[in-house]
Amino acid sequence: MAITMNPARLTGIGIVVLLVAWAILAGALEPILSYRDDIVYLARQHMFLVLTSGGAAILVGVPVGIWLSRPSMERYAEGIMQVFNIGTTIPTLAVVALSMTLLGIGFPPAFFGLFVASLLPIVRNTYAGLLAVPPHLKEAATGMGMTQGQILRRVELPNALYVIFSGIRTALAINVGTTPLAFLIGGGGLGELIFTGIDLMDTGMLLAGALPTALLAVIVDFLMGQAQLHLIPKGVNPLR
Amino acid sequence: MIRLEKLTKTFDTPNGTVVAADKVDMEVPSGEICILLGPSGCGKTTALKMINRLIPPTSGKIFINEEDTSKQDDIQLRRNIGYVIQQIGLFPNMTIEENICVVPKLLGWDTKKAKTRAAELLDLVGLDSRQFLQRYPKELSGGQQQRVGVIRALAADPPVMLMDEPFGAIDPINREVIQDEFLKMQAELKKTIMFVSHDIDEAVKMGDKIAIFRAGKIEQYDSPDNLLAHPANPFVADFVGADRTLKRLRLVTAEEVVNADAPAVARSTGAGDVARRLASEGERIAVVIDGDHRPVGYVTADEIAGSTGDVGDLAHPLPASVPMRADLRAVVSEMFAHDIMWLACTNDEGRFVGVITQPAVTAALRATYTAPAAGAA
Ligand SMILES: Nc1ncnc2c1ncn2[C@@H]1O[C@H](COP(=O)(O)OP(=O)(O)O)[C@@H](O)[C@H]1O
Ligand SMILES: [Mg+2]
Repeated sequence: MAITMNPARLTGIGIVVLLVAWAILAGALEPILSYRDDIVYLARQHMFLVLTSGGAAILVGVPVGIWLSRPSMERYAEGIMQVFNIGTTIPTLAVVALSMTLLGIGFPPAFFGLFVASLLPIVRNTYAGLLAVPPHLKEAATGMGMTQGQILRRVELPNALYVIFSGIRTALAINVGTTPLAFLIGGGGLGELIFTGIDLMDTGMLLAGALPTALLAVIVDFLMGQAQLHLIPKGVNPLR
Repeated sequence: MIRLEKLTKTFDTPNGTVVAADKVDMEVPSGEICILLGPSGCGKTTALKMINRLIPPTSGKIFINEEDTSKQDDIQLRRNIGYVIQQIGLFPNMTIEENICVVPKLLGWDTKKAKTRAAELLDLVGLDSRQFLQRYPKELSGGQQQRVGVIRALAADPPVMLMDEPFGAIDPINREVIQDEFLKMQAELKKTIMFVSHDIDEAVKMGDKIAIFRAGKIEQYDSPDNLLAHPANPFVADFVGADRTLKRLRLVTAEEVVNADAPAVARSTGAGDVARRLASEGERIAVVIDGDHRPVGYVTADEIAGSTGDVGDLAHPLPASVPMRADLRAVVSEMFAHDIMWLACTNDEGRFVGVITQPAVTAALRATYTAPAAGAA
C-alpha cells in the first residue's frame, strides 16, 4: 500500500528550536561557529548528495512505477513489488554498507546507496497510486476516445499525483536522514562532523554537524509539504 | 441509425463460457431513443460497449449510419459517439469546463469555441455557467454531476449517444426531473440514442422503442405501448409487471383524450339558454367559464331545468381540473381522489380546453388492445 508521510513537521521544527536554544544556553554556540568553514563546505557536499541521489530516484522511480502499473505488466508487477517491499525492510545503513562492497569508497557508493534507499517508496507509491485510480474513470476516458498515452497523462497521473507526491516526500525524508552515513563510506557530507565529533567526544563539533542536518531535514519536509499543498490541483488534493 | 446484426459476445471464464450477447439483431432509427431493458447480468452493458468497441464482439456486425464500425479506427469512432456511464465518471482533476471540453479538445476544436460550447451547455441544463465552469466535480451535488456527465457527452454534438444507466445514481425525485430535462433536450437535438436501464418505468417514459433482454437474447423489441399492451411471452409480461395497464396510462396525455366539444358557457348566460343548448346537443353538463375563459364551475341539465337567472349564480364549484399536458395517470388519480367521473382540462394559460371522462380514458386504453399489434413478435 501507499505510504503517506506522517506530518511530523511541527514536532521537527520544535525539536530544532529546542536544540538551538539549548546550544545557546549551554554556551555551545561559540564552539559550533568555530567550524563555520567546515559547515559550509560539508553542507554543500551534503546537499549535493541529497539532490543528486533524490533527483535520480524520482527520475527513475516514477517511470518504473508507471511501467509496473501498465496492464501488460499485470502478471509480473505484484511479484516485483514483493521484492521491492522486502528491499524496504533492509536497514539503510546496511544498504549503504552493501553499496560500498560493490562500488568501493567515495561519492559513487554513497550516491548509489542513497539512491536505492529513496527509490523504493517512490516506485511503490507511483504504482499503488496509479492502480488506485477508479476503473470507471479509465473507462470513461477510453469511451470518450482518449489514447492510452492521453489517459495516462490527463487522467491517471493527475489522479494519482497526491499519492505519488507522498512517496517522494517519504523518500526525501529517508534520503536526508541517511545522508550523514555517507561519511562512513567516504562520501563526505555533514556526517564527517557528527561522527568525528562522537569519536573525539567533542560536543561542539558534533552539534556543528547535527544541527544543520536536522535543520535541512525540517526544511526539506516543509518545502515538500508546501509543494504538495500548492502544486497538486484542487480537484484531487485532499489538503484543500 | 444504429444497426446490430447477429451480434454475439462470449466470455471465457474459469466457470465455463458465458454468453453475454446471443445473435442480437436490432435497429435504432435516427433520432430515436432505444432502451435496453432487462434484469441485472442479462447483457445490456455488454451490448452497449460493443458499439463503441470497449468490448470487441466475438462475431456479428455493427453499423452506424450504414458504416461498418469494425472498419473504422476505434479512437475516431469513440470521439464521434457520446458516452455516459452510470458512475458518471467526471474527471476529479479537471474543472467542469475542462471536463466538458475533453472531446472537443480531442477533436482539435479551437479553445474559444470549446469554452463557449461548455458555457452554453451548462446553461441549457439550468446550471449557471459563471458559477459552475471553474468548479471541480467534488464541489457539485450528485444531480448536478449527473447533468454535467450528460452534457459532457453532448459537447462535440455527436449524432449517436450511448448511455449506461445514466440516471441510476440519483434519488427518485431528482431522477424524474433530469429525465424530463433530457427528453426536452432530445426533442430538439434528435440524437440516436442507445440507453441501458433496469427500470421499466424509466424505459416506458424515455423510450421510443424498448428491447427486453434475457440472458443475452432479445425477448421483445417494440414500442412501449405495444410492449405493455401485448407482451410477447410470459417472461416479458412478468418483467413489465402485473400493473402494466396502469403503466400505459403514463404514455397518453390528457390532450389526446380530451373532448374539446364539451359545452362551455359564460357566467352571464341565462339558465334557459343553457338548458336548451344541452338538450339539443344531448349533453348533461355544461362548464361555466369566466371572462378569461377559465373554468370556474359547472351546471347540470337536471338542475337548471325550469330555473331562471344566470348560470354563474347556479353553478357548483369545480372539484378539480388538469392541465392538458398531464398524463392519464395523473388524470385518473384526480378522478379517484375526488370521486368524480369527469374533469375539466386547461391549457398552459389556464384556459378551458375541454372535458375528460372516465369512459374516454378506458376507450383510449382499449384502442391499442383491439388495434393490430404492429411489430409485436
Ligand atoms: N469481462 C467479463 N468477463 C467475464 N464475464 C463477463 C464480463 N463482462 C460481463 N460478463 C458477464 O456477461 C454477462 C452480462 O453482463 P453485463 O453486460 O454487464 O450485464 P448487465 O449490464 O445487463 O447487467 C454477465 O453474466 C456477466 O457476468
Ligand atoms: Mg450493466
